[in-house]
Amino acid sequence: MSLFLNEIGNGIFLGAFFGLVALGYSMVYGILRLINFAHGDFYMVAAFVSYTILGAVIVGNSHAQWWTVAWVGLVVMIITGGLAMLANQLIYRPMRRAAILSLMIAAIGLSQVLENGVLVAPQWGATYLVYPVTTPPSGFNLGSNHYTWGQLIIVLISGLLALGVYFLVGRTLLGKAMRAVSEDRIAAVLMGINVDLVIAIVFFIGGALAGAAAVMTGVYYGQINYLMGFTVGLEAFTAAVLGGIGNIGGAVVGGLILGIVQSIGTGIFGAEWAIVVAFGALVLMLWFRPTGLLGERVARRM
Amino acid sequence: MKALELNDVSVFYGAVRGVEGVSLYVDEGEIVALLGANGAGKSTVLKAVSGLIHPRHGTISFFGEPFAKLSAHRRVIGGLVHVPEGRRIFTTLTIGENLELGAYGTQRSRTERAQRLGEVLALFPLLEQHFERLAGTLSGGEQQVLAIARAMMSNPRVLMIDEPSLGLDPQKVDIVYDMLEEVAALGTTVLLVEQNVALALEIASRAYVLQQGSVVLSGRSASLAQDSRLSDAYLGKATHDHG
Ligand SMILES: Nc1ncnc2c1ncn2[C@@H]1O[C@H](COP(=O)(O)OP(=O)(O)OP(=O)(O)O)[C@@H](O)[C@H]1O
Ligand SMILES: [Mg+2]
Repeated sequence: MSLFLNEIGNGIFLGAFFGLVALGYSMVYGILRLINFAHGDFYMVAAFVSYTILGAVIVGNSHAQWWTVAWVGLVVMIITGGLAMLANQLIYRPMRRAAILSLMIAAIGLSQVLENGVLVAPQWGATYLVYPVTTPPSGFNLGSNHYTWGQLIIVLISGLLALGVYFLVGRTLLGKAMRAVSEDRIAAVLMGINVDLVIAIVFFIGGALAGAAAVMTGVYYGQINYLMGFTVGLEAFTAAVLGGIGNIGGAVVGGLILGIVQSIGTGIFGAEWAIVVAFGALVLMLWFRPTGLLGERVARRM
Repeated sequence: MKALELNDVSVFYGAVRGVEGVSLYVDEGEIVALLGANGAGKSTVLKAVSGLIHPRHGTISFFGEPFAKLSAHRRVIGGLVHVPEGRRIFTTLTIGENLELGAYGTQRSRTERAQRLGEVLALFPLLEQHFERLAGTLSGGEQQVLAIARAMMSNPRVLMIDEPSLGLDPQKVDIVYDMLEEVAALGTTVLLVEQNVALALEIASRAYVLQQGSVVLSGRSASLAQDSRLSDAYLGKATHDHG
């Protein structure tokens, strides 16, 4: 039983990452009906960018001050948001009249460009890189599990970011405009909404969240690789669909569920089963609820 | 002052002609009706003015300024509001959110929006009652009321409205038409597309009649109401003279 609780604890932690990345998939899907397959690679690029910036600002001091990581994290969020916005501006926006399938192919292409770009970049490349900062091992015990303060902070930050997005989309005028664009772009234009700007902002937010997730991944797992976006991308996408894609709350709930299911599954079968468990969960869920968990509660759908 | 002026405007959907060579104007504070049978090009004119489609030829000006390449959302911010065919309310948003978005382009501050909301809800008490409901759960006629109320939220200088009486019960039609007269009296210019000719001519000072994409008849409402060529235009008979 306590073993089970441990897996839930680990799962929530894992789910925090999934949820953050899933939000980006879900928001972009909500507004463009596009599954942005490059999203996982925004996350990967963010990990490398933060690796380089942190490497530059904390020469030889692996126990950096938390506020150094915090401001680098913020800068990386902005950079990743900007990258996502740029991708939208250069690739997706000119294709807006094209079939959505063409956009998805373009997204896969962009994903390849980013992965291979990092692969051939001089300081980056194919090997696992050791992240310049790690979280100290001190923490607390819950059940028979030890959690570090770093883990707790990561879950809290993820929760705060997700809440922020939920508030933004649900309550603010901009969020209402996002949902309006999502439902009927022409009607939104007729309200005086700058649709292109709203779409750009959605890309920015999705990218920024992926950036935050990337820095936290680096800090926690201590290593990064140019393929890390592919796996997390798949898992986050699964989480988004599990929760009901297009739905803000769904992305977070889907992330948590996926994290917990994966934790329990790998606890039983072994770590190499992680992806199998994730997709098994997805198939099961879609079997019973084709719209995903929150897919029919359209109130917060963007 | 001319609030709206179209000069020799032609719009094509690919190879399909929407309208061709349309010239018309609406004076500030005036209500003008745009009449014509199905497919005559009425909605096309409104879409060209609001910037949803771009004319292949001709100019459109708004208070003397040519619109040219001004994007559609900027025209709204400039004070032009278009209530399109088919309501197009946001069904997954609440009624309150729909109304708030109606003020998005022009009423930027929260207090402005709240004040405007009070004024609009006073006109349509029905909506206040359902404020927190999803708009998609309203009846068709109620959705039409919401679409009009939402447009009023922006307090436009020019209001273009496409078949407002469609699907409304007679009492709501009266409310909507009273409201149109009221906003016009307060200085809002109205370009009205309407199938109900008698109703439109009652509140409009002038009207244009479109047939197969061109203006075939125009003039003061009182004289058009007597004109047999008006019904000819609806029946598809050739009409030559510009009234
Ligand atoms: N999106 C479109 N694509 C192609 N042709 C169109 C499109 N919209 C309108 N048309 C054509 O343009 C012409 C004018 O259409 P429009 O919608 O302006 O007519 P209308 O006067 O508003 O008719 P109704 O009373 O039925 O609303 C019609 O011949 C129509 O078939
Ligand atoms: Mg029409």
